[in-house]
Amino acid sequence: MVDARTILVKLEGVEKHFGAVRALDGVDLNIFAGECVGLVGHNGAGKSTLMNILTGTLATGAGTISISGSVEDRYSVSRALALGIRCVFQELSLCPNLSVAENTRINHPSLKGIGWQRKAAALIAQKLDEIFPGHSIDPSDIVGDLSIGRRQMVEVARAFTVTDAPLDLVILDEPTSSLDSHTAGQLLDFVRRFVGSGKSCILISHLLGEVLGNADRIVVMRDGKVVAADRAAVFDRDKLVTSMGGAAAREKVAAEAAKGTREIGPICVKARPARQRDDMQLVARSGEIIGLAGLAGNGQTDLLLAIFEAAGGSRSGIEVTAPLALVAGDRQSDGIFPQWSIARNIGIRSIERMVRGMLISSRREAELASRWQERIKIRTPDMNNNILSLSGGNQQKALFARALGSDARIILMDDPMRGVDIGTKLDVYDLIREEADSGRTFLWYTTETEELDNCDHVYVFHGGRIVANLSRDELTEEKVIQSSFDEAV
Amino acid sequence: MERARALLAKPWIWSFVGAFIVWAATVAFTGGHGGGGMITAALALAVFMVIVGIGQMFVITLGPGNIDLSLPANIGLASAVAMKVMDGSDSMLAIGLMAALASGFAVGTANYLLIRALRIPPIIATLSAAFIIQSIDISYGRGLQIKPPPGFADFANLRYFGIPVLAILGIVLAIAAAIALNRTVYGRSVLAIGQNMRAAKLAGVKVHRTSFITYALCGTLGGLDGALLAAYFRGANVDIGNEYLLASIAVVVIGGTSVAGGKANVPGVWGAALFLVLLLTMLNTFGFSVGVRLVLTGLIIVGVITAAGGPRTER
Repeated sequence: MVDARTILVKLEGVEKHFGAVRALDGVDLNIFAGECVGLVGHNGAGKSTLMNILTGTLATGAGTISISGSVEDRYSVSRALALGIRCVFQELSLCPNLSVAENTRINHPSLKGIGWQRKAAALIAQKLDEIFPGHSIDPSDIVGDLSIGRRQMVEVARAFTVTDAPLDLVILDEPTSSLDSHTAGQLLDFVRRFVGSGKSCILISHLLGEVLGNADRIVVMRDGKVVAADRAAVFDRDKLVTSMGGAAAREKVAAEAAKGTREIGPICVKARPARQRDDMQLVARSGEIIGLAGLAGNGQTDLLLAIFEAAGGSRSGIEVTAPLALVAGDRQSDGIFPQWSIARNIGIRSIERMVRGMLISSRREAELASRWQERIKIRTPDMNNNILSLSGGNQQKALFARALGSDARIILMDDPMRGVDIGTKLDVYDLIREEADSGRTFLWYTTETEELDNCDHVYVFHGGRIVANLSRDELTEEKVIQSSFDEAV
Repeated sequence: MERARALLAKPWIWSFVGAFIVWAATVAFTGGHGGGGMITAALALAVFMVIVGIGQMFVITLGPGNIDLSLPANIGLASAVAMKVMDGSDSMLAIGLMAALASGFAVGTANYLLIRALRIPPIIATLSAAFIIQSIDISYGRGLQIKPPPGFADFANLRYFGIPVLAILGIVLAIAAAIALNRTVYGRSVLAIGQNMRAAKLAGVKVHRTSFITYALCGTLGGLDGALLAAYFRGANVDIGNEYLLASIAVVVIGGTSVAGGKANVPGVWGAALFLVLLLTMLNTFGFSVGVRLVLTGLIIVGVITAAGGPRTER
């Protein structure tokens, strides 16, 4: 029945090698018109490489690509665009110094002549309204001033705008990683409408529920191969996790966290957001894991940064009594030093402790790196390799190692798990609990509600203010969302 | 073979290769005469570029936009300060040298304050500082040519086995700079800030303190250069540092330091300085006119930077 539909994209025996690494090892994949294909797999399974080939960014090593029935032997980015294939990449690709409208113009050369800015603004505004009603983004906003969640909304909306080039297939690579559950829901609803109109969509996501609930068909990749492909209805969460080949599905996060008999120590952080009007404030004791929740971009990151800066000196409304470290979520702009090895990237927060005499001890630096490679399971043959040789999830582990390997007693986490695979997440959750047991404090901003299960209690943010303080027992997704909107009255 | 390949992968090797080719071309032209003397002279002149080049290297490594354009004026003022304080007497040598260093340090501090407190981009801040410093120099030195103490002048021209003592000091300085860059908290901080200032701040790097030290260090090295130049050329004057604006930047870039920041290269500064000095000697030897010399210098620098650019940034 499925086969009766027209095949839009047909990949046969596609291979891609990077040196000795077989990123893709003979992949066959069909995309039919009018379907949403969910693509899942651990980091490093080859999903991104496959999508780069489909969008023409990478050339195939072997194999053929056919679009709408004709074999494309000179496939390229411009060819893919001309055939109506677009992609929203995981690493955001907007120019931060340009406005939303100007960024839209980049994809649409036909918007020219007098008034092109107005046309581009109308185009993107209309699409934003369609996908994210009530989005509060103005086309004249400079992209760099938008929160990462809003940037992702613009990026997504831009991919769906149409002028003269056709649009048949949109690849969404972790499109909801920086969105809160409300906007993520809006996007997924839109994807269903888009697919309903006969277009196609590939949805790549680490949130299995998102894929199960929205894809017509699910393709599972592992080690550069497609290991399973079937209608979404035949999969469930366990079956997906099993075919991905990761650690057996562990729904025990909440259970594990709940049985905590952790020693809670004295107060080490007190912080009141700058815009708070009542006397609510964030209080953290040593040994606690505190969640910061609410819709994305409602002041959670701002408060974390304010706490970070307060550690250097005093600041009104914030008290910090112990050294702290921050784990960035926006790896590229806030975390990674791209010229450096993994070991140096981990060591930078601790260099002052590694000084012997006048100089940084190479031995201590190497020891720190190898200790954390083992503890947090960074997958690399050599910690002296460049940090960019790691997959995204492993880069994030290196950032965790940087913070946890330091003398910090308070760890601030700025939505660090976005776009990270479930295996990495489970490793890190365990580690966070262990560290909290030994008296460290975690302030954890996350856009993924399930992660809040790890927290002892949760502050919900709205409009730059704390609007609720929920204990773990009171915590449900509905409650978080409800609290986020209560304040609006 | 493996080692040779590793050596070729170093970005600084090309500046030494270039220096050698230029030297060989000149010696071939003169029929094998004066090769040794040429190296001695080149070492002596290159060291002045190396001293300011290392300062400029740290500044440029701080990241996009960071540059010190006040070096020529700084050198001029420091040379005058040193000569006036020494006042031709060897007993005042140490104090005069300290005064020159202090003058350079003050210039660097002033640069940093303009950049930090008034939020002026470094290119403008250091350029406008240069005008002010030059005016101070003119009114302070009154255009007089002040002679160095004989002992200082002799020291600056001293050689052991044909190797200028200053060149040895320059090599020691370069080694110290390389160690500081890679093995001290300060050097790591500079490299981190140059790669990603925001990430550096969030990783606990002391951004403001590091920037201050860097501009102050560059200024101080400019001051040292001023005093040594005055001794070497037997007299201070306002224009003594003029050629070190472009030279300080050229040796950094040719030497393989990334203009985008975060990646520095100390040996390359020496190689590039030797290359530039030998290039001028070669063009002089070939008997080109000034105009042709400048055009060729420009073209050759462009060529070397293109060839030595190394692997393009990925993606």
